[in-house]
Amino acid sequence: MEKHYTDSKVKGVSTGTTILAAIFDGGVVIGSDSRASIGGEYVSSKTINKVIQVHDRIFCCMAGSLADAQAVIKSAKSHLSFHSVQMESPPLVIAAASILKELCYKNKDELQAGFLTAGWDGKKGPQVYVVSLGGMLISQQVTIGGSGSTYIYGYVDAKYKPNMTREECLQFATNALALAMGRDNVSGGVAHLVVITEKGVEHVVVPGDKLPRFNDE
Amino acid sequence: MAAAASMMPIFGHQISSKNDLVPDWNREEVSTGTTIMAVEYDGGVVIGADSRTTTGAYIANRVTDKLTRIHDRIYCCRSGSAADTQAIAEVVSYQLGFHSVELDEPPLVETAANLFRASCYRYREELMAGILVAGWDRRKGGQVYCVPIGGMLVRQPVAVGGSGSTYVYGFMDSNYKPGLNKDQCLELTASALSLAMERDGSSGGVIRLASISEDGVERRVILGDQLPRFSTH
Repeated sequence: MEKHYTDSKVKGVSTGTTILAAIFDGGVVIGSDSRASIGGEYVSSKTINKVIQVHDRIFCCMAGSLADAQAVIKSAKSHLSFHSVQMESPPLVIAAASILKELCYKNKDELQAGFLTAGWDGKKGPQVYVVSLGGMLISQQVTIGGSGSTYIYGYVDAKYKPNMTREECLQFATNALALAMGRDNVSGGVAHLVVITEKGVEHVVVPGDKLPRFNDE
Repeated sequence: MAAAASMMPIFGHQISSKNDLVPDWNREEVSTGTTIMAVEYDGGVVIGADSRTTTGAYIANRVTDKLTRIHDRIYCCRSGSAADTQAIAEVVSYQLGFHSVELDEPPLVETAANLFRASCYRYREELMAGILVAGWDRRKGGQVYCVPIGGMLVRQPVAVGGSGSTYVYGFMDSNYKPGLNKDQCLELTASALSLAMERDGSSGGVIRLASISEDGVERRVILGDQLPRFSTH
């Protein structure tokens, strides 16, 4: 069935991917798999990092065409740092998300990129924003994206609870990514996770062989 | 939540067309875009399905019974084209009934599954049918066989099918363990179906469950307001 066929031959290397972001009590976890593939036939990179830092406490995950996403993020980073200098304070998470949204919406005909933005700021604490393919911007407690996300909607709906602890949320995110990688052939590799709190940023990388296993036959 | 789903690139998807002026339920074939599930336990099987049949955007039947009796202790769960699956199920019921009379004993689940596979494979170009065959027989106890589109046949301890099944693969993988008992299987099936119905536009309505064992078939229905609910966000 052709349902999830991503025509990446048109756009070159595509991140058939799984990305996820979730808020817990005091911070936010954002994570992704690490596979980049061409047309679902060849894995062009096993260890690509799809979690990009756009500011001290703001990170983005990209989905869709890798080229488009990288170009948009590069532009957004420079806009954001300029904005931050003008305001003389760290940028708000929603500012980063809005910049991405403007770029995606104004260029929607040419671009094929979507983003999850997660971070912490002094005004609203931990936040997660989704910028979809056409340029819609919404805020959510937990969100998933990419081709692998379809397989974990049920798991995320069942398992996510608001106000989890940091450890619970990390375990939840790791499990969700592992399950998606287990079912989606264009997601795989290692799980890149970033935990953002008021105190700072922590990177967690879970290599493939340390990922939780679920009845793998 | 709609945003995350729309992040999947969909090529060639027209935003609007002349056809939008004509309601699509006049053009679209009747489909059981659906979620179906079957789980083996020691002593029998549990099967479940949602109850929505659609013709395009119109829900033609919101209380469909997709769990179809093939023989006393063999049922099938239907997904895909409603017409195709009904026709195949009728043919297989007949063939199996005849075979059972010839043998003078209850038929095997594997036989029923093979009959489904024979029809689905031979007419694979014309048909659009994804079927789960499940039941109990004396030789091998509870069994679940998956006959997806194309006509493959494989036995699995737990199987899901239909358009809504993609959303619950992760939930299934993490929650199913070998050695569950009947009540745990019923709960797992109801939860998985409920989660899928929440996310898939082509699945919904009520949950129909059945458990099949040596003692017979027990059917039940979980109505909309009694569906398992999960912390929504």
